[in-house]
Amino acid sequence: MTERTLRGRAAVVGVAETQYYRWGRSPDPEFKLAIEAVLKVCDDAGISPTEVDGFSSYSNDRSDASRLAAAIGADELRFASMQWGGGGGGGSGALANAAAAIATGQAECVVVLRALAQGQFGRFGQGPQRNTISGHAAHTVPYGLMSAAQQFAMKVNRFMHEHGVGHDAQRAISLASYHHAQANPRAVMHGRPLDAAMYDESRWITEPFRLFDCCQENDGAAAMLVVSAGRAKDFARPPCYVLGAVSGSHHRAGAPVHNAPQYASSSFPTVAPRLYDMAGIEPSDVDVLQSYENFTGGVMMSIVEFGFCAPDEVNDYFTVENFLAPDGRLPLNTSGGNLAECYMHGLELNIEAVRQIWGESTSQVPDVDVSMVHSGPMVTPVSACVFGSEATL
Amino acid sequence: MTDSYLLPGLPKPVASPDGLDTPFWDGLREGRLLLQRCGSCRRFQWGPEWVCHRCRSLELAYEETPAEGLVYSHQRVWHPVHPALKDQGPYIIVLVELPAADRVRIIGNLVGDPQQELVIGTPVSGVFEHHPDDDPPYSLLQWTAA
Repeated sequence: MTERTLRGRAAVVGVAETQYYRWGRSPDPEFKLAIEAVLKVCDDAGISPTEVDGFSSYSNDRSDASRLAAAIGADELRFASMQWGGGGGGGSGALANAAAAIATGQAECVVVLRALAQGQFGRFGQGPQRNTISGHAAHTVPYGLMSAAQQFAMKVNRFMHEHGVGHDAQRAISLASYHHAQANPRAVMHGRPLDAAMYDESRWITEPFRLFDCCQENDGAAAMLVVSAGRAKDFARPPCYVLGAVSGSHHRAGAPVHNAPQYASSSFPTVAPRLYDMAGIEPSDVDVLQSYENFTGGVMMSIVEFGFCAPDEVNDYFTVENFLAPDGRLPLNTSGGNLAECYMHGLELNIEAVRQIWGESTSQVPDVDVSMVHSGPMVTPVSACVFGSEATL
Repeated sequence: MTDSYLLPGLPKPVASPDGLDTPFWDGLREGRLLLQRCGSCRRFQWGPEWVCHRCRSLELAYEETPAEGLVYSHQRVWHPVHPALKDQGPYIIVLVELPAADRVRIIGNLVGDPQQELVIGTPVSGVFEHHPDDDPPYSLLQWTAA
């Protein structure tokens, strides 16, 4: 029987994005952005769009796979997958689903896609405007708890309380993302540097999150192209292999109305060990990390749950110096990420992880063989993946 | 009606159309905290669900429990994300664990000074906030330092 793993079975052969905009600023509607990203990723890989035979997405993406396949004239559609869950929790999960489809012979050439035009469809960071509300939301919204920041702030406050973590740890994450964005012309915050004083003086959104602890809201689209490991050798670039990709969450993470037993969590306690096991690596093998910043506190708990430092070491470990490319201890969010490149629900983080393997990042870490991504902390399901160079197989 | 902690205009809670949490909302209107308790293993469970996650019994009933708890976590909100809260200023949301109900947790506001110090573990007591003249009428359960 074949070993049940994704390790080395599939590879990314193309990555692309449209121009990234502040929310509401895209001159194009969402579906046109999606088409543009799909065509660009085919061009980046050097294949005809007619060869695309699958689409994989997440977060209830509105750009329907069948419409996309028809729009670009794909010869045949063989795989259309939507990962359950909201936010960026499915960013690496959509990649896992694409890789699994390829590894099991369901498809040959799958596009992982996310497209967002909040000007066309409404913003994330606003509460519902209606007379009544029912269901689980009825137990939070009437108390003024309705945005993503408010949904997660109490997890982070509890974590910081349990482990004596100070606000400097959050600041280090934000400053590292903004630092890397200054080298990245694609980044919406390119040319808008952030320093410690600006961070400290920024307004509270909800404690413990200041403005610069929160992701942007953006318009744009991004795509990755996945093929089998065997076919990947025929492309111009060296293959960027999927070493592991998993999703899920710990016991009753989805217990309603903030009743998860392990509450102060990024939802990775069981996901992280499964990823390490599949990829065959340890934390010390990771050369560069892209860790989803919906809010900096989520990154903090993710890095702990992936074993890069112990909870009581956060104050010492979380410094700007440790997180900077090229030679920090754990270069973090090297494109600027959700905070400062673009909030493309973390697909931009998965793309940046691939660029680090190829040596194409604007904040390149030398000799990257193992490149990790955390997608969507604090939601459920979350997901994560590890990419590897040829040397890792 | 009692004093409202937040400015009016947020969505008003109504029972789920499938009836899952109707006794909870009816209880608040009577000034009682009713939560789900398993008829088989006798443990409390919250938020509302159709099955006991411990013993898989479907015999979940609503039982009254004291509105006395501890602050499990908290946040002071500054940025309004709803037009009704545009002039609210900061307000406090608490996640309260209920020791008498197997430590299930419930969301509410901590009434009083919005700038008060927030400490995890602080004992808090329930305060029922009734809105009998709203359409539809409803009640919330708020909290104050015990």
